[in-house]
Amino acid sequence: MSILRENTVPVEQKAMGPVVRRRLTPTVIVYLALVALLVVGSVLVGLRGEVLLDQGGILNILTRATALGLVAIGQTMVILTGSLDLSVAYLVGLTSLIAAETMAGRDGMLVPGVLLALAVAAGVGLVNGLVITVLKANAFIATLGVALILRGYLEDNYTGPAGDVPRGFQHLGYDRIGPIPVAALLMLAAAALAWWYLSRTRPGYHMYAVGGDIEVARLSGVPTRRVIVTAHVLCSLAAGLTGIYLASRLGSGAPYVGTDAGYDLESIAAVVLGGTLLAGGRGGVVGTIGGVLILATLDTIFDDLEVDPFFKDVVRGVVLVTAVALYARRMIASRGRGRLA
Amino acid sequence: MTPGPTTSARLTGITKSFLGVPVLRGVDLELRGGEVHAVMGENGAGKSTLLKVLAGVHRPDGGTIEVDGAEMSFAGPTDAQRAGIAIIHQEFTLLPHRSVAENVYLGREPVRRMQVDRRRMMADTRELLDWLGEDGIDPADTVSSLSVAQRQVVEIVKALSTDARVLGMDEPTAALADHEVELLYDLVRRLRERGIAILYVSHRMREVFDLSDRITVLKDGQFVTCAPTSELTSEDLVRHMVGRDLGEYYPDRAVPDDLGAVRLALRGAGNDRLRGLNLEVRAGEIVGLAGLQGSGRSAVARAVFGVEPFTRGSLEVDGATRRVTRPRTAVRLGIALVTEDRKGDGLALGQSVRDNTLLVRRAALRGGRSREKSDVAELLDLVTVVARGEHQEVRFLSGGNQQKVVLAKWLAVAPRVLVVDEPTRGIDVGAKRAVHELLRDLARRGVAVLMISSELPELIGMSDRILVMHDGALAGELPAGASEGAVMALATGHGIGEVA
Repeated sequence: MSILRENTVPVEQKAMGPVVRRRLTPTVIVYLALVALLVVGSVLVGLRGEVLLDQGGILNILTRATALGLVAIGQTMVILTGSLDLSVAYLVGLTSLIAAETMAGRDGMLVPGVLLALAVAAGVGLVNGLVITVLKANAFIATLGVALILRGYLEDNYTGPAGDVPRGFQHLGYDRIGPIPVAALLMLAAAALAWWYLSRTRPGYHMYAVGGDIEVARLSGVPTRRVIVTAHVLCSLAAGLTGIYLASRLGSGAPYVGTDAGYDLESIAAVVLGGTLLAGGRGGVVGTIGGVLILATLDTIFDDLEVDPFFKDVVRGVVLVTAVALYARRMIASRGRGRLA
Repeated sequence: MTPGPTTSARLTGITKSFLGVPVLRGVDLELRGGEVHAVMGENGAGKSTLLKVLAGVHRPDGGTIEVDGAEMSFAGPTDAQRAGIAIIHQEFTLLPHRSVAENVYLGREPVRRMQVDRRRMMADTRELLDWLGEDGIDPADTVSSLSVAQRQVVEIVKALSTDARVLGMDEPTAALADHEVELLYDLVRRLRERGIAILYVSHRMREVFDLSDRITVLKDGQFVTCAPTSELTSEDLVRHMVGRDLGEYYPDRAVPDDLGAVRLALRGAGNDRLRGLNLEVRAGEIVGLAGLQGSGRSAVARAVFGVEPFTRGSLEVDGATRRVTRPRTAVRLGIALVTEDRKGDGLALGQSVRDNTLLVRRAALRGGRSREKSDVAELLDLVTVVARGEHQEVRFLSGGNQQKVVLAKWLAVAPRVLVVDEPTRGIDVGAKRAVHELLRDLARRGVAVLMISSELPELIGMSDRILVMHDGALAGELPAGASEGAVMALATGHGIGEVA
């Protein structure tokens, strides 16, 4: 009488390792939605006698996706870990200034500028992480506090763009291969690295564990503090890279380049749109990139259609809420069994 | 004990306080390879804390821990694991969104060339599952898709995968149905044969006598006695644990005069999990609902309470047909549900005793707040909650006291129909008795009680009638005091009873 097995799905291929079960995971949904959006967008733009995915269109989408994508990759890590980072937008502005001012137009200062910007970013991430783990401040409040501190510093010291990047450095922002910007490829490479880190390495596994249930992780011997701090440092480094990239595009640093684009909430939206649970423990970078591409494509379509900005935001809001509601439904459907007899 | 009395782990004079409150006051414990050592005591006696000290979760304030004769100091669970100590905690320690293999190797993922060696993780997990004869679980399965019993197996696999020589189990059967307990016994015995030292913490007397070689009793954080199981009787044990004789276990059943009108009736009710249910519960009556895990016991409770409502047939409260599609409707009709998951569904753990007690009343019923104060004190008194005050957060209470708060919460709205799902799961003997008496007392005051329990002695001892479920339907009805065999026969679908 093996009632233990009563509820089990019959296992078709035992010795073959993991059974492949194709399900409609949020990641799959987000890419299906992206394809659908591209089709619908192409038709709508086509009705005006234009082409959505011509060279300019692809360039436009990918350029929009690059900066947001970088920030969102970092944001994915902290959210997966059950945390959150509201300080990324100001950090993007700060690092763009640090990079541009250190370089001050000199080719020789290129590498020091980049390194200094990244070091400051890592430092901010470290502070975020330590405030959350050691001072036990809620992540929302902790990173909001750090964001306010950064804003205070920026407002006090800058009124507008400052610094100057050498001409050679601007290649990073503008070089492309066909319609594909080099920077977008670098962003995708960063995404690939983050994917590998999260799904193939121990620290990555531990991020899922801490985000899934921090107490379970702790009882299983996962160094939970270190994991959270690492996630925040990586997230801030991603924001730092974004700042450096934007400095290269703008030719100088700009204090509000991050906040004007709303990278703090926008990155969180992209992560959630990509199917990562806001509470942590489930999701990943692949979905996030899908979410970023959807947001970038929406913007491009709206620009092509010359939609008014209010309507744009309404649609983005509706898309986000619909997506989250859809994932929530799927979650309920896929668990339930087993929890209560 | 036959396989050489080698001491695997020895705790001496362990003391531990939380916020100045002593929880352990000089406890000694000796665990030997190939021996099952049971630790018993009421909730709050310090069993779980002792286990956590052994597991490296808590640092003792005083005393020593020795493993194989060497004194140890654990900075965290990892150190304890390295010393060969593994613990199966009372609460599930699995991540629902991760796979079985990922859970088993959580925190100890094998690494090869900078990457987690997923192939090895899968293969090793598969090997352990096979060894346990659990080929129904795939290492790639997501934990959230497994049943409660299967998750328990994963917990055990997780503990075993550390090559543990000392295995601590905290209430391992708490979440299991009776038939699954047998499988666990089997497993524990096999582990013992392999020379593993097992620390077995349980409230269930029968388990302890069935399984253990030695028993240590704790009371209020103090060591009371340690003796071979064969030299103890259950009466001795209870006396040691409680410090008094409990006498007979269950309150008197209802006499015909106690029974009133039908309070709750189901007529041909069903939904996705249930079909054709016909049952009646009268005022003054405790009706037991038995069944195996997955038979739909809890689904009945959830349907009556409107969580997963009935979609067919009808539900009557005090003779009037009602549509209960939301818990709020149920509460307004005077239906209360004490869920089996006290911490998850029953309590707001971070809130005070008082706020929890008034939770339902404030949420669902109108009425002034003026009388709240005296009411709460009265209610808590009635259910005999022991807390430092009304404003203590419930997460600091023992399981038994938490359950009493859940009951107080429902008493605050004076229910007419009370459905209790595993009302005494994971609580100690004294609290259990108090809960039993409270339920009977409520019945005497005219409440219709529907009681679900996987503990058969409890169900049989408490119920005026027993309904047995099998596969989403009622398999039959048994009178008060039916034998466990009769219940099991119906529950497993072998018996032929008069279908209610």
